[in-house]
Amino acid sequence: MEILQAKNVVKKFGDFNALTDLSLSVEEGKIFGLLGPNGAGKTTFIRIINQITAPDQGEIFLFGEKLNHNHISDIGYLPEERGLYKKMTVGEQALYFAQLKGMNQKDAKAELVKWFRKFEIMSWWHKKVEELSKGMQQKVQFITTVIHRPKLLIFDEPFSGFDPINADLLKNEILELKKEGATIIFSTHNMESVEQICDNIVLINKSKKILEGNVYDVKQTFKSNIFELTFNGHFDKMRASLSAEYEILSVNEIKNGSKIQIKILNGLSTNELLTKMISFGSVSSFQELIPSMNEVFIKAVNQAG
Amino acid sequence: MKKIILIIQREYITRVKKKSFIVMTILGPLLMAALMVAPVFFATMENSSLQKVAVIDQSKKYEKVLVNTKTISFEFIKDKSVEDIKKDFENSGYNALLTIPENDKTYTVYSDKQVEITVISYIEDEIEKFKETSNLQKDGISPEQISSAKENIYISTIKWTNEGDEKSSPVVGQIVGFIFAIIIYMFIFMYGVQVMRGVIEEKTSRIVEVIISSVKPFQLMLGKIVGIAMVALTQFLLWIILTLIIVSTILPMFGVSGGQLVNQNAQNTEIVQNASNNEFADIVPALLNTNWTLLIFVFLIFFIGGYLLYASMFAAIGSAVDNETDTQQFMLPVTIPLILAFIMAQGIMRDPVGDMAFWFSMIPFTSPIIMPMRVAMESAAIWEILLSAFILILTFFGTVWVAAKIYRTGILMYGKKISYKELWKWLRY
Repeated sequence: MEILQAKNVVKKFGDFNALTDLSLSVEEGKIFGLLGPNGAGKTTFIRIINQITAPDQGEIFLFGEKLNHNHISDIGYLPEERGLYKKMTVGEQALYFAQLKGMNQKDAKAELVKWFRKFEIMSWWHKKVEELSKGMQQKVQFITTVIHRPKLLIFDEPFSGFDPINADLLKNEILELKKEGATIIFSTHNMESVEQICDNIVLINKSKKILEGNVYDVKQTFKSNIFELTFNGHFDKMRASLSAEYEILSVNEIKNGSKIQIKILNGLSTNELLTKMISFGSVSSFQELIPSMNEVFIKAVNQAG
Repeated sequence: MKKIILIIQREYITRVKKKSFIVMTILGPLLMAALMVAPVFFATMENSSLQKVAVIDQSKKYEKVLVNTKTISFEFIKDKSVEDIKKDFENSGYNALLTIPENDKTYTVYSDKQVEITVISYIEDEIEKFKETSNLQKDGISPEQISSAKENIYISTIKWTNEGDEKSSPVVGQIVGFIFAIIIYMFIFMYGVQVMRGVIEEKTSRIVEVIISSVKPFQLMLGKIVGIAMVALTQFLLWIILTLIIVSTILPMFGVSGGQLVNQNAQNTEIVQNASNNEFADIVPALLNTNWTLLIFVFLIFFIGGYLLYASMFAAIGSAVDNETDTQQFMLPVTIPLILAFIMAQGIMRDPVGDMAFWFSMIPFTSPIIMPMRVAMESAAIWEILLSAFILILTFFGTVWVAAKIYRTGILMYGKKISYKELWKWLRY
């Protein structure tokens, strides 16, 4: 089921096009990666969902309803540029944000205590925010984002500023939230984390959508029939026997043979290649090289120009 | 609505809990009390140090003229020369030595340190008075004639009101009005800038993005302005209460009475320097006759109205810049009318019914300071007060509307130096 739908959204700032005819849909219970280079229009789109700004044209539907003010408590937003009131204590501040999202004080407090215990930060409750390190502040802010159990969570670069241990902790929390049924929009430049946690992605470049789909499918469409194998035997003879449709890209001598990257041009099967190879020696490993999301990102953006 | 209250609460509580607020709240009245008490206190201090003046009077005329006062005592010495006294001056206990020669023409005061000016002027006055009288007597005018020729007049001012005649004092109106002007000016400035700082804080720390995903920018702005207004009123109220407590409990411990306080301070005020003592007799009845209900009501209306007007402009400025140093180009045009009103206040005090007074009490950017002052001086008609308040409120809604438009765009705009042209563009988004 689709929880969020954007239909032909247009947003301009003066002469500058921030979003051009953007349509996308986010499936319920999935983690959705909103990707794109700097200045592509991601933040503008997120602000539109949060009703911080309104689109010039187009419509947004949340839970099948047109986006309206009642949806505020259904959304949790962790902006990229984070901030808390420095002079307020952690507890007071978390309570304030929870109440702004429509929780009553009692529930908010009970829920906060739960989260603070979970993150083992109960001792920070009476500390002023300025006394905390940046990473600690991030944790507090994460809690204030998810405290009201919104159905839709928007994380903009959630891992920036975290050390690897805390980043891992946070990643598990995000996956946990997904398991509990939350839908998550995840905006980041860190493609490695996209591969780890995203189900679907949309890639925006210069205000336009240039790519969308399931992470696996997207990567498949960007593969270029390159295979990597480890071969041990008569390399030169083997090479001579291959037709021009098999292009050897690189050869690395390793302990038990050579690591070879081969590109197979149109229509030829891997079986044919393997049969030929086995007749000149042995093949100890064989795999297709699937591009990483990083490569997909660069390729897609460059292609779109 | 619930969310605005939440914002007001936060703004109020975090500010009231701040150390600087608590310190200012306590220090303010202490400072005010100190300012009031100091002159009285020093006046009593002076009394305690008696000035002893030795006199060698060879003309033998002045023993009856130079009589002892509370602060100066004279000792006429007949058997010693100037040299004798000079030799032993340090141990003699005298503060000064006055010599009057036989011809009664040249007078000299000797001392080993600076002689107090009050002593010199007292001696001068007394000798002059004595000589004037004796000269007149030489011309055949008796002391009775002299004293009957002198007149001391006092004009008492009575105001006709519907309740009958009332004693009034223009001095009281001026003082009260001027105090109002100072307080309103100070509070608008102090707390208006606090609004601006608050907005800048939220903007630069990017808190604003989280908050306005929960509330409308307008709600956030209004909540902040109202929250801080309540802090201002709290501080104001506490100042009054604390000052009253200090004046009524601590001062008597120093032996200073309220009446003394009023007189001493009134005498110190420039406006009334030339007033005679009789006029001070009118101060207390005039204070009692002042229409405090109207005055306080007007004060509050213009205090709050003026604050809201300026605070919304300050909020707009705060939203348009990235840090406090960039505020200057926008601060100037906003603060100029405020400062102008304060400068004008002194001229208007002298002529509270003139054209200038009328127009400045109608222009909404200056009326918060000028109008309460005019009301305190009982020189504004009811229709003037109502019209001015109406204009002020109307302008306030206009400014809030404009400020909200700038604010809405400004708080999300980073890293850009904003020009007036840019602001104009935001207004039309």
